[in-house]
Amino acid sequence: MTENHTALYGEHQKAGASFTDFGGWQMPLKYSSELAEHHAVRNAAGLFDLSHMGEVWVSGPDAAAFLDYALAGKLSAVAVGKAKYSLICNADGGIIDDLISYRRSDDKYLVVPNAGNAATVAALLAERAAGFDVRVQDVSGETSLIAVQGPNAEAILLTLVPAGQHPLVKELKYYAAVEVGITVGGTVHELLLARTGYTGEDGFEIYLPNADAPALWQALLASGTAHGLIPAGLAARDSLRLEAGMPLYGNELSLDGHPYAAGLGPVVSLAKESDFVGRAALAAIKESGEGTTTGRKLVGLKGVGRRAARGHYPVLKDGVVIGEVTSGQPSPTLGYPVALAYVDVAHAEPGTLLDVDLRGKAEPFEVVALPFYRRQK
Amino acid sequence: MSKVAPELQYSAEHEWISTDGSSPSTIGVSAVAADALGDIVYVDLPEVGATVTAGEPCGEIESTKSVSDLYAPVTGEVTEVNTAAVDDPAVINSDPYGAGWLFKVAVESEGPLLTAAEYAAANGGEL
Repeated sequence: MTENHTALYGEHQKAGASFTDFGGWQMPLKYSSELAEHHAVRNAAGLFDLSHMGEVWVSGPDAAAFLDYALAGKLSAVAVGKAKYSLICNADGGIIDDLISYRRSDDKYLVVPNAGNAATVAALLAERAAGFDVRVQDVSGETSLIAVQGPNAEAILLTLVPAGQHPLVKELKYYAAVEVGITVGGTVHELLLARTGYTGEDGFEIYLPNADAPALWQALLASGTAHGLIPAGLAARDSLRLEAGMPLYGNELSLDGHPYAAGLGPVVSLAKESDFVGRAALAAIKESGEGTTTGRKLVGLKGVGRRAARGHYPVLKDGVVIGEVTSGQPSPTLGYPVALAYVDVAHAEPGTLLDVDLRGKAEPFEVVALPFYRRQK
Repeated sequence: MSKVAPELQYSAEHEWISTDGSSPSTIGVSAVAADALGDIVYVDLPEVGATVTAGEPCGEIESTKSVSDLYAPVTGEVTEVNTAAVDDPAVINSDPYGAGWLFKVAVESEGPLLTAAEYAAANGGEL
């Protein structure tokens, strides 16, 4: 597997990061302590390099109609300036990726797939574009993505935004994006700023050309330090998203799974008039009740003891395997183990007591409603 | 690079054992292992009075991102465990060769042990 480096690789090296391979990229796992990074995001702010994520522009007169066809959600209903979480499925209803799409104008969207799926998604979009008057442009290789996440994220962003544009940032809603002036290397650049994230906190994601990324990273660190900002790696990103009950592609979401069992039924728009890839299969799955009234569905598990469940551990009821853990670890914020697992729907009600086979020893866990952690607003 | 304390001996499974000739011997995990595990949040140690066997699992160490077995580097009876490290496992990261020690064993026999230099060479540690 090739090991790509983001434009910020040098910054991570300077900061003493330890690296991990993720989706074909060498990414910072942590800089010092992943627990400290996790707590910084919950209590102050963390700085993330997400440049491994993909960026695909979809533009043209048919852009909205095309995305309605290519994705499971109704992207034509998204207002300009807003974003939408969606799925790209295959004809069987299997999940190829989960992604966020930003509507930038009537006929232009930015689609953001996961790192490991970016090339696949870009190619599929191009393939599905046949017959539509659209242009699909994969700019992943030239685009960086920097996230500032945490309660102090807004204050930190504002230090780099001209005063006249402060209202644009302050009034930016969750799952919305705006072009805003951000000072990078002494000059103001118009950059795409989104109020999105994968941590369960308030936060921003900034899309920018690779060449400007190191300067913005340094500027954010320089002005953010006073606000408690520290760089945070993928270990913290994973524990943060797990506490927030957010699925990770490859763990909770896969080609073999489908949106209904993953709790993402509302993301699938069977109400939209037009056809879309996977529609017939997804309608049949919904009709069958698979993942809602039969089979297995995704639930949250809270550990009664101190030992944590991990991915692929069996979930038991009275000694019989009735499910499997997809993600799990000790929750740094809550102080007890948390996990996501697919379990038989008969045992999926919050309050149900189950066991997880922790390397040969059954440890009690309770089914709980998601998310595990919800920030105070 | 992770530190390897020169005055200790090591197992291939990353435990260290004191070799100052005193009995019982003190056992912990190396900084190489602690750093690789990440922030340690839970440690399960053998009980005082239990007999551990060289090369076999006798507990586990859990970090935010992974879990690994704790192996006994020697055979013998456990005489003391570090309850402070059980209560606050972060000390295993911050001071693995000192306050982060794990348990003491009245040694009957040793498993295969490495010198600090051998362990450092095999695991990319820094003496």
